[in-house]
Amino acid sequence: MNEPRIKSIDYSLYYGEFQALRNITVDIPRNRITAIIGPSGCGKSTFLRSFNRMNELIPSVRTEGRVLLDGENIFEQEVVNLRKKIGMVFQRPNPFPKSIFDNVAYGPRIHGRKDKSNLARIVETSLKSSALWEEVKDDLGRSALSLSGGQQQRLCIARALAVEPEVILMDEPASALDPVATLRIEELITTLKENYTIVIVTHNMQQAARVSDYTAFLLTDEARAGNLVEFGPTKEIFTTPKDKRTEDYISGRFG
Amino acid sequence: MRFMYTLRARKAQQSIAYGVLWLMAGISVAIMLLVVGYVVIEGFGKISLDFFTTSPRGGLSGEGGIYSTIVTTVLLVVVTMFIATPLGVCAGIFLVEYADYVKNKAVAFLVGLARFGVETLAGVPSIIFGLFGYALFVTAMGLGFSVLAAAMAGACLVIPVVIRTTEESLKTVPDSFREGSLALGASRWETVRKVILPSALPGVTTGLILSVGRIVSETAIFYVTLGGSYRTPNSLLSSGRTMALHVFYLAMETRAFDKAMATGAVLVALIVILNLIVNTISGRLSSEMK
Repeated sequence: MNEPRIKSIDYSLYYGEFQALRNITVDIPRNRITAIIGPSGCGKSTFLRSFNRMNELIPSVRTEGRVLLDGENIFEQEVVNLRKKIGMVFQRPNPFPKSIFDNVAYGPRIHGRKDKSNLARIVETSLKSSALWEEVKDDLGRSALSLSGGQQQRLCIARALAVEPEVILMDEPASALDPVATLRIEELITTLKENYTIVIVTHNMQQAARVSDYTAFLLTDEARAGNLVEFGPTKEIFTTPKDKRTEDYISGRFG
Repeated sequence: MRFMYTLRARKAQQSIAYGVLWLMAGISVAIMLLVVGYVVIEGFGKISLDFFTTSPRGGLSGEGGIYSTIVTTVLLVVVTMFIATPLGVCAGIFLVEYADYVKNKAVAFLVGLARFGVETLAGVPSIIFGLFGYALFVTAMGLGFSVLAAAMAGACLVIPVVIRTTEESLKTVPDSFREGSLALGASRWETVRKVILPSALPGVTTGLILSVGRIVSETAIFYVTLGGSYRTPNSLLSSGRTMALHVFYLAMETRAFDKAMATGAVLVALIVILNLIVNTISGRLSSEMK
């Protein structure tokens, strides 16, 4: 395994008094797809949202331990720069009520790209990378809200790609989509790993098995705090898990 | 048989309830129509072009039109909203988008106090704001009965309204927009300015127009801050009377009750127009959301 892109070291997170994540230490490999799986409420989304510090939107959240991006502590970085480097795609497609073009150009504009032809090029590249270009190229001025759910999600991926991140976090990106749209998103994710490190949260174990290279399995302990049970290559996690609880979970005995 | 009986009884109850509700609703609407209709029918007969272009002449007879009161009303609305809009809208934005992230205990306490204050002030009778305005702006600050003093008191009256409606419309913007923007590396202010505010704008505008309506129709607060001069104001320090105040003066101090009715009819028309604008905006809002 090459030098990890993200490392979490003894990372814990609290909502007020309640501990939601306990001492999680894991290495997220570079240019691979890492899936985070686990039953509902095990803290997988919370863990994912730690990497781009989205948990800080909740005023009561407090963290311990460290998370490193390329060896640098993310909590010591300017959050705006961190989120430029670590993009995110959400559970429900959340395009802004703007045109397709303005949605994709939103990030680059924020980060100071004003030049029109430059922006147009970024928008085109991003939409091509997210496999939406062919469907929308004739009318980029149309409202993003007029797209179907699957198209909206691919637009949100394009929007994330447009700021040229190194890592893309995906929080159950297909859970609100129909099977066909889901398949397209999964294909897209697989093509994206050449250039990006991808971390995906999913409650769909088949999806984890289909798309990911590595899998982290989270489970709550007696105090309902999320723990990392096992991390390894997806193949090993799904065929020869080392932990009994992992085996129980992937064979569908609970969760 | 027993079953049939209860079914019939339930149907009868349903019919009676329907009838009573219908009747009550009908009476309520009829009362409103009667009030508005009376003013309009009584009033519109007296309205002519002269009515709009001449000023009241004063005195017991109530001669003249309402030109100066229109000018005063417009001036008062403009100055009031000039003060109230930035204060109210910015306060609303702060309370919804920033206040929860305040770490300083003392500031957090002030924020709580402000929230409570906004809710309470929205229900305080306007004359209380008038008394405050009289004591502070008219007397202590030495502005006298003037458009400026009245506008400052009026701003105090509508700022809670503007804050409330701004807050409400910001809260209707889904959090997923905020998350989406922040996750792209936008700052909180960039998120507010480029994503949240454009979505909330129709709601914010509605609040502002409702505030305009409030200024146009309030009387008590301006009775004690604006004075009652029937002349056209020539500066912000001039006294004056709004249309609503003019109705009051005409009815109480002159014999020209018909002129009061005519002015009232104009006021009603103005309020109707403002409400139509609000409806158009919120109609557009709801159709855009689909």
